[in-house]
Amino acid sequence: MTQKLLSINDLSILLPIGADRQYAVQDIGVELHAGETVCVVGESGSGKSLTARAVMGLLPAPHVRVDRGEIIFGDEDITKVSYERLRGLRGSEISMIFQEPMTALNPVMTIGDQIDEIFRYHVSMSAKERAKKALSLLVDVNLPDPAKIIDAYPHELSGGQRQRSMIAMALALGPKILIADEPTTALDVTTQAQILQLIKDMQKRLDTGVLFITHDFGVVADIADRVVVMQDGKIVETGTTKQVLQTPSHPYTKSLIAAIPRLKPRKARSRAAEVVLKTEGVCKSFGGGNSFFGLGRANREVKAVQNVQIELRRGETLGVVGESGSGKSTLARCVIRLIDSDEGKLQLGDVDITKLSRNELRPHRKRVQMVFQDPFASLNPRIRVGDIISQGPILQGVDQEDASKRTYELLDIVGLDRRSFERFPHEFSGGQRQRIGIARALSLKPDILVADEPVSALDVSIQAQILELLDDIRAQMDLSMLFITHDLRVAAQVCDYVAVMQSGKIVEMGPTAELFANPKDAYTQSLLAAIPGKDWHFSEFKT
Amino acid sequence: MADFWRRYRRNRAAVFGLVVIILIIIMALTASLFYPNDPFRLMGKPLSGPLTNGFLLGSDSLGRDVASGIVHGAKTSLLIGFVATIVSVFIGIFFGAFAGYFGGRVDDSLMRVTEIFQTIPSFIFAILLVAIMKPSIGSIVIAIAVVSWPGVARLVRGEFLALKNREFVQACHTLGMSDFRIMLREILPNCLSPIIVVGSLMVATAILIESGLAFLGLGDPNIMSWGFLIGAGRTMLRSAWWVCTFPGVAILITVLAINLIGEGLNDALNPRLKERQ
Repeated sequence: MTQKLLSINDLSILLPIGADRQYAVQDIGVELHAGETVCVVGESGSGKSLTARAVMGLLPAPHVRVDRGEIIFGDEDITKVSYERLRGLRGSEISMIFQEPMTALNPVMTIGDQIDEIFRYHVSMSAKERAKKALSLLVDVNLPDPAKIIDAYPHELSGGQRQRSMIAMALALGPKILIADEPTTALDVTTQAQILQLIKDMQKRLDTGVLFITHDFGVVADIADRVVVMQDGKIVETGTTKQVLQTPSHPYTKSLIAAIPRLKPRKARSRAAEVVLKTEGVCKSFGGGNSFFGLGRANREVKAVQNVQIELRRGETLGVVGESGSGKSTLARCVIRLIDSDEGKLQLGDVDITKLSRNELRPHRKRVQMVFQDPFASLNPRIRVGDIISQGPILQGVDQEDASKRTYELLDIVGLDRRSFERFPHEFSGGQRQRIGIARALSLKPDILVADEPVSALDVSIQAQILELLDDIRAQMDLSMLFITHDLRVAAQVCDYVAVMQSGKIVEMGPTAELFANPKDAYTQSLLAAIPGKDWHFSEFKT
Repeated sequence: MADFWRRYRRNRAAVFGLVVIILIIIMALTASLFYPNDPFRLMGKPLSGPLTNGFLLGSDSLGRDVASGIVHGAKTSLLIGFVATIVSVFIGIFFGAFAGYFGGRVDDSLMRVTEIFQTIPSFIFAILLVAIMKPSIGSIVIAIAVVSWPGVARLVRGEFLALKNREFVQACHTLGMSDFRIMLREILPNCLSPIIVVGSLMVATAILIESGLAFLGLGDPNIMSWGFLIGAGRTMLRSAWWVCTFPGVAILITVLAINLIGEGLNDALNPRLKERQ
């Protein structure tokens, strides 16, 4: 058996009075050995992040504090050591990387200075030595051109480069334990694969114990040695990765694993002849304009969408996949005319809507509706749910009574209680809000639903429910759907056709099954290769 | 509403401020009950000290009752403070909403206008306006409103800029809602909290500007106000201290109370501070 680094025994963390439960985490026990990766998996609110923070002594005291239990590191209990000692431990013995590297790095200091700080506070070295050490760290994390990056500010780097710099900082003093709190959630899938590989390599070299917090079972399959599954602050299952992923014993684990979107493309269905939406040569650039009545310097121009051709037929779902910045959301907003495209033609059924003014467009608005990404930002917090859903039909001239009747029907369709009508959005959970958003989009009986990352802000089990709901509705109402996503697993599950976008252009398009089985473009191939957990065959369960 | 009051109540000082303001408002409303005579009327021996010759707070150089002046002056100060604030908040919302919502050229033009107003020192501008228009309640209200709306316009513009790109606003566009309706019904209710907070603090500033104008003799000559009392007593500050001091204290207490209320409203309405609970 390898050396035991950390053991959390019967730890309970108290939440402030008035929270939805008394304990954030309750009586949990986790052990971490050298050279091992333990994944803590759970949905939002399961207490997994607070567990990680407790190990670092970073709980938001005095509201949230350790009630009982111990965190043994070496021969000390971290919950009881002095603040001075805790500071000595942080960074040198235990270090942490965060989800969003942009906010975790200091925006007004260069990367080199930030690494230098760690050495200055923890060890005595000459400035020259420190600079040399910092440079070698950046080389270790495979950053391109480290000599340049050492003098760069965080905003000059890409998300992946920032996360690499964070890892370099975290590993600067060769800590025994690395805590990674969703380190790849904010990154693109290809970058995520690289970062996971980097963490694995560094771990092997330094024999670090890694406590990895994540919600993504794909990542777990790729990186974990052992898995801890948390639900509502309690550990429901622990075991080796193989045990947990293939023979889970707890029903919650089973349901989580069952909800993972499988990378199994859906069967192609026969195509309808009716084309409901067609774009020809759509282009959109941002910037390039100038400010203050034409005075001042012109901004840099970004070509967000370039010459995009798509065709959507009745009843089918076209997926648009791509990494952040590929222009997929811009395309969606051009199609629905939230922003005007610079060039190209938009045809809605047999109407050319490209040149219609805002007023002329209004009667056609109801044919294309949108489901948004963020269920918290997409509903007006000051308006009742009933009004949110019914205001569309009312604007289009339906009278109040019919609109209300329709709203109640829609609440039934999306699986919400009819009493929701009188309530405000903040009383609902993320998944329920997304249902309200869908009901709003359906209220005008559209032909086309544009869904912009409708499930990426949701937990995996909720995600599965929403995808199922969207698919049911599509079949029931004979809708066509333009489905924007960054997650190829989701695309595989819901789309008939998939278009892959890279820097504003569609690089490949085809029937889902064909495209997944036999990708032709190099970029599509790299996307498919980077999907976390793709080599793992999650067993199927009935739950 | 109950929730709002619970959060407001947590700030003790704000509750104190609210109580003080309510007392001052009651005082202003019942002024004629306690001092039925015109505050400009000569009531007795000039320059009597406080608690002498039947004067609670003394009399000024002409024998006018300072206490009566304070009680009647409260009406003027509060009225001008509230009305001027309401007017300037409306102008500010109008400018800010259009600039923030439409952006581009509209924003450029409206904001340049706003900046013209912001670059002129506000009190001197107010003096100028009143001097041009002839001192009266109406002209004072207009002058105060004209110098204090740019702040609101800036604030509202910022809120509109942030909110107009939120997904719920985009959803309204896709439903075919008109711009005016989106501004009024969707965006404006979401930026009321900061407007209320800023507005409450503007009442205090308006009262100070009004007092300043009256002190300089630019108040409405037919209406008693605190600034007028101070102006009348300023030459005798060393011989008859009470003429200036008591109206000054009244202004101090009122402005302080309003500022405390503003802070309490900020705590209660600003969702970011909820975490402090």
